[in-house]
Amino acid sequence: MSLQGTQINPKRFHRSQLKFYLILIPIAAVMMLPILYIFSQALKPLDELMLFPPRFLVQKPTLRNLEMLVRTATETGIPLTVYLFNSVVVASVAITLNLTMTMLAGYALSKKHFKGRDTIFKINQAALMFVPIAVAIPTFLVIVNANILDTYIAHILPLLAMPVGVFLIKQFIDQLPNEIIEAARIDGATDLHIIRKIVVPLTKPALATVAILTFQATWSNLITSQFYINTDVKKTFAFYMSTLTSTVEFSVAGQGLAAAAGLIMFIPNLVIFIVMQSNVMDTMSHSGVK
Amino acid sequence: MSNVKLIDRLAKWLHLSDRAKDRLSSWLLILPYVFIFAGFIIIPILIAFSLSFTYYDAINPPEFAGMQNYVFMVTGDEQFVKNIIPNTLKYALIVGPGGFALSFFMAWMLSQIQATPRKYLSLLLYAPSMVGAILVTILWRSLFNGSESGYINAFLLDNDFIEAPIQFLQSPEYLLNIMIIVSLWSSMGIGFLAMLAGILNVNPELYEAGRIDGIKNRFQEIFYITIPSMKPQMLFGAVMAVVGAFNMGEIGVLLSGVNPTPQYSGSLIVNHVADYGFLRYEMGYASALSVVLFIVVYAFSRFGHLLFGSDD
Repeated sequence: MSLQGTQINPKRFHRSQLKFYLILIPIAAVMMLPILYIFSQALKPLDELMLFPPRFLVQKPTLRNLEMLVRTATETGIPLTVYLFNSVVVASVAITLNLTMTMLAGYALSKKHFKGRDTIFKINQAALMFVPIAVAIPTFLVIVNANILDTYIAHILPLLAMPVGVFLIKQFIDQLPNEIIEAARIDGATDLHIIRKIVVPLTKPALATVAILTFQATWSNLITSQFYINTDVKKTFAFYMSTLTSTVEFSVAGQGLAAAAGLIMFIPNLVIFIVMQSNVMDTMSHSGVK
Repeated sequence: MSNVKLIDRLAKWLHLSDRAKDRLSSWLLILPYVFIFAGFIIIPILIAFSLSFTYYDAINPPEFAGMQNYVFMVTGDEQFVKNIIPNTLKYALIVGPGGFALSFFMAWMLSQIQATPRKYLSLLLYAPSMVGAILVTILWRSLFNGSESGYINAFLLDNDFIEAPIQFLQSPEYLLNIMIIVSLWSSMGIGFLAMLAGILNVNPELYEAGRIDGIKNRFQEIFYITIPSMKPQMLFGAVMAVVGAFNMGEIGVLLSGVNPTPQYSGSLIVNHVADYGFLRYEMGYASALSVVLFIVVYAFSRFGHLLFGSDD
């Protein structure tokens, strides 16, 4: 029979795969062009940025834009490193807290039996549809009333409510056999013990995925700096970048600067994802909504 | 382990049975998340809902206004009826289902090739969804720049397709379409990854069985075996596609550099909320708009449930 239908995840190359490559490679190339452009633009010297007609790829790459970026920031009074420091602190605290919280909640929702468990999970599932931008105003009121306006806490707390994280971890823990946990419980282990010694080591892929998602959410987040933080030195790198891109719109040199700043935003995301890719795919295979 | 001892001590002090102790422990585990979840998801939604029935300028206390905001939305807010709703529907109908379909077909094609090239190609497809709104702005703003040094304009001028540069990001005819292109470009996010994993995990024996039962071609296979076996991932992908679409909704403002966008051509409900809330300080009306936004997102997600949800 000529049917190649069972060729999901094929082990070897077959001529019938050619047509998929023929479609996939051009699409992937087109998707990549803008990202390639950012790299190219960030490394362009001034004369190449001014070139008309513009050339897509850089001819003589230079790090001048990155240097300029650091210097411009210094002239505005607040060094670039302050914004970067803020971003790194916010991202790492958010990741730590979020991993702890979602792990505890995911374990309780998956392996514990208590009244209200299914309701909480259902509400969490509904909250997957939550679009944070839509409630920026009410969230602002919550932050004012909690007395955390203009503090680092205001950067972190709103981003910790991540229903998709709890969802992914819960689905992942569902796959762990109940017998291991029962056995540990009979041996007298408490919940925290079971989580630390048994569940966390087995749930690493899901934890890695949640860490990536939290990083992506906090690293590029603009809303908290825009609305909930007043003091400039407490704002994050993403915010600094957005001011940069809005003021330098028409200057050619500015485009190189903006692209360089864009690279600093993008590269950590890319690197972390590449390093953790297999973990992410492992988590996703358990990501079904039941 | 001090908090473990704490539970023990608390349980002893309260004379709790083992079962009650277990329940207490469960609640303590879930409490931190529930606390944050309530504070930053449930409460803001409730506030939005209750403020939507008030007049509130963020300085004086809110005044009850009944349905006035909703009535104004339909009868008084010319832009809402004329631009915002049509824009939002067009954008959501193309980017939501379009991004979803694109994700599925890309994932399906990727599943048909070998693991190593698949890994690289899926990374290339996922990368745009990682870049974030700001970088997206820099990128597409310089590509669609309205002067002759914009890349698209330079290309068109060079090949004599046009005579004068087009103001892509400032002209009402182009902005919404560019937003749709940009959103579709970055639509292969977490839902795409879930679907890819879902397709790869379909039990291969099902395909064998399907062949014996008379499945003749790939399309039948997709409809009778692949999709039914990965319904949960399809549903997750659908919800994520809709949410992703609305989270990208800000780009119209970022691309054109102003809110409202030129002649409201690229304004969606999301931008209208920010416009009324943070620029005009009409919090009551802005809240009513966000309630409508929730209904729109919910309706789209329900549609996904209807297609792929289990029967409960």
